[in-house]
Amino acid sequence: MAVPAPAPPPRPSHPPAAGHGLAVTPYERPAGVHPPLDFAGYHSTRLRAPHRPLVLLPQRLTEITGPLLGAERVTAADADLTAQHEGEPQGQRIIVSGRVLDSGGRPVPGTLIEIWQPNAGGRYRHVVDDHPAPLDPNFTGVGRCVTDSEGRYRFVTIKPGSYPWRNHQNAWRPAHIHFSLFGRAFTQRLVTQMFFPGDPLFFQDPIFNSVPEGARDRLISRFDLGLTVPEWALGYRWDIVLRGRGATAFEQPGGHR
Amino acid sequence: MSELLTPSQTVGPFLAIGLPWPDGPFVVPEGTPGAITLTGRVFDGAGDPVTDALVETWQADPDGRFAHPDDPRGAVPAGFRGFGRCPTGPDGSYRIVTLKPGPLPSPDGGTEAPHLDVSVFARGLLDRVVTRVYFPDEARANEADPALASLGDPALAATLVAAPGPEGTGELRFDIHLQGDQETVFFDV
Repeated sequence: MAVPAPAPPPRPSHPPAAGHGLAVTPYERPAGVHPPLDFAGYHSTRLRAPHRPLVLLPQRLTEITGPLLGAERVTAADADLTAQHEGEPQGQRIIVSGRVLDSGGRPVPGTLIEIWQPNAGGRYRHVVDDHPAPLDPNFTGVGRCVTDSEGRYRFVTIKPGSYPWRNHQNAWRPAHIHFSLFGRAFTQRLVTQMFFPGDPLFFQDPIFNSVPEGARDRLISRFDLGLTVPEWALGYRWDIVLRGRGATAFEQPGGHR
Repeated sequence: MSELLTPSQTVGPFLAIGLPWPDGPFVVPEGTPGAITLTGRVFDGAGDPVTDALVETWQADPDGRFAHPDDPRGAVPAGFRGFGRCPTGPDGSYRIVTLKPGPLPSPDGGTEAPHLDVSVFARGLLDRVVTRVYFPDEARANEADPALASLGDPALAATLVAAPGPEGTGELRFDIHLQGDQETVFFDV
């Protein structure tokens, strides 16, 4: 049955003040991707995860912009964690490389990536790491680089060791490298961890398993013979995908998918 | 959407080897005319200080502009970094030296009061948590701010307004409670 359309509101004779004529295209909101903040298996969440539901914040200018920090914060040497000391670190030399993309498949160029990791024995160069494995005088475990015009990054490092932690009886973290990314907007900021294929410790790691099941394998790099340098280093490839911009204009509260 | 988003993971207990920068807390150098200091402590649900967190801030410049090409009003020339980063100390405290941002036009009409977007990362946080800090000398602007209004409760909105520090110091205090009776309002951005 046809219902008469309501009469359109009278058109203003000049552009409305409302909206300021600002076209803001928000970034998509992830669903089924990130871990819940409250995840009982990971005991440190118990006193740190907020209990109240998050309040939806429509993205405005502060959220669709962000720090564009790049080349000035990084030297070429920062991307080679095996060349920061007089000697070479112990362990399996590896290359970790990939692309930073948004969910629309567009590369994210010129974005700062920061990584940190333990040494080959699974020990971080940090005062509170008391795991009884040796420190390596030739390994700090910190790297930085900026993605190129195609969103590519490349680090040379050594494969991190697994280490015990006290989350539960006989708890061990699967080998991982911490990654921090800015993207180009506050909304795209991401801190995550990259894992290695076939790690036998995945099943008992609550941090890895806090990620919804269908998204966990996105945290696992893949061995890449093409990236592997003969007689020198194994190659692992890992692409990182940040939130992309949706096609819709300014979102209204309640539009959360 | 053709690519699958990468999930978040916690920064863990050892972020201090990788993320702090010597100039991180200084959005502008200390002593810059008009500089303000935002300081506070991060607490957990037991009321204990969180000593291994990282607090990051992002904001407009004093004119309410960004040196960013996605600002639909056009980017202003780079000069003001707008970004601050400070790990918490043994008492859970952080400190950011910056300039007070200007108000911003909101795409839905009104005007956003001067504010900083704040991210907190820590062991035990599987994703960052995000909040906002507003200014105590902007009562009228705060009343009209769409994000504060969306909370639907002036008492809750008031918790996102920093407390003025001692007169003449340019200091503002903003404590962050991850959990508990005083739990900070956190946003889904």
